[in-house]
Amino acid sequence: MITIKLQKTLDSAQGTMALDLAVSLQQGEFIAVNGPSGAGKTSLLRMTAGFMNPDGGNICVEGDTWFNKDKKINIDARKRDIGFVFQDHALFPNMSVEGNLRFALAKGQDDRIVPELIEMMELGELRNSHPERLSGGQKQRVALARALVRRPKLLMLDEPLAALDPAMRHKIQNLLRTAHTEYGLTTLMVSHDVAEIYTLASRVLVMEAGKITLDGSPDKVFTDRRISGKFQVTGQVLKIEQEDIVYVVTVQAFNQIVLVVVSRADVTDLLVGDKVLVSSKAFNPMIIRIGR
Amino acid sequence: MIDLQPFWLTLKLALTTTAMLLVLGVPLAAALTASKSRWKPVTEAIISLPLVLPPTVLGFYFLILFGPSHGLGRFIEHYFDMRLVFSFPGLVIASTIYSLPFMVQPVQAGMASLPANLAEASGSLGKTKLQTFLHVTLPNIKPSLLTGIVLSFAHTIGEFGVVLMIGGNIPGETKVVSIAIYEEVESMNYAAANIYAGVLFAVTFLILLVVYFVNRHYFVKRYS
Repeated sequence: MITIKLQKTLDSAQGTMALDLAVSLQQGEFIAVNGPSGAGKTSLLRMTAGFMNPDGGNICVEGDTWFNKDKKINIDARKRDIGFVFQDHALFPNMSVEGNLRFALAKGQDDRIVPELIEMMELGELRNSHPERLSGGQKQRVALARALVRRPKLLMLDEPLAALDPAMRHKIQNLLRTAHTEYGLTTLMVSHDVAEIYTLASRVLVMEAGKITLDGSPDKVFTDRRISGKFQVTGQVLKIEQEDIVYVVTVQAFNQIVLVVVSRADVTDLLVGDKVLVSSKAFNPMIIRIGR
Repeated sequence: MIDLQPFWLTLKLALTTTAMLLVLGVPLAAALTASKSRWKPVTEAIISLPLVLPPTVLGFYFLILFGPSHGLGRFIEHYFDMRLVFSFPGLVIASTIYSLPFMVQPVQAGMASLPANLAEASGSLGKTKLQTFLHVTLPNIKPSLLTGIVLSFAHTIGEFGVVLMIGGNIPGETKVVSIAIYEEVESMNYAAANIYAGVLFAVTFLILLVVYFVNRHYFVKRYS
């Protein structure tokens, strides 16, 4: 079990904010951290990793204390047994793909894990390439593989898939799920994407202004809201067009484009780029098998 | 014919100074990059002083400081049996301090421009600060290191005021090319001065040309 209690005063664009939270994670859980920007999600990960010092609290991982303000314990990040995947990959530009993975090996560690991870992340053809030659999705697969080399107790990912196209996102989600099960990881991932959280996580922490405001399964956290549609998807507004007396709003929901006809009153509040929930009560969604 | 010794002495001085600067300047640049101390601007200002101070001012203070009649100079002479004024070792120390900003500034700028999360990533992979420095930081700032090395080297070759103040004009000990040119002009020997000056001109131009070519090649190769 991992228990995290943290207090930290953070300087954000909206002024100072007091981060204050307590959470315990079970071994093997896949936990998504969701919430608006500036809520303290990245700070939670950075303090747990040891990149940032909390003002108070303690971090205990399977009996080992990583941080305890009162006992003045603060284990260095390099001794914390973590894997960390940064949003911008942080691959070492001077090393090849395989070099990045080999660098991560601990002294005396069996190096067979390197080819194993290269295969798992489908990086075989790129093993001798340097990071500047790779696409975003390839870089993120290398970053993920590198974070797994030391078989960490806790894998942390800071919005790892935010900058990728839907197909690549889907592929890496699958790889991430495989790795999570195969290596028996406890995973903590910051994500803004509800669909992604549904796909991967068994538990969601929603953070707002430095506090955890919701904690539960994705189902419980995301569908337990005011709207009780029979059918709902989240998406982003791409276009708002007027046609005669109605408006047509084009919404991208995951990898589909949905056109929604709405009245003038409904669009006054909408802007291109807004996140929206598209729901329908009037019809019954049908299910048809298209593959297995 | 002209005396070739000043050339060798200049080369020896420039190489020794550059080596000293690598050993001292690179860790100093690393410490400054990592520092969040409120005294950092003071340190940076002191290191950059040689950029703006007339060399004679530095030379004058070195002369006072290293002179055998004062504290530091007397101490060194007494315990190390070494005189730092009008000697080659004194010249090396003075040149090192005089060229310090030319090593520290490019290297510090290079380190500061590396994303901070490279070092964090290395730390999360269990690597010590020294391992990170040797395997991640240094290999990724090669152009900055090269710039620092070449600028320090070229700046030491071009040095005159500091050398004149603290080294004087002792053949084989402190008479570098720039001093030799001055001496030949003083004695109206323009032909010899012309040769010294011409060679120095050509050598420094070539060095800088090589740097710009290498750096361009490096960036073209990496970022195209």
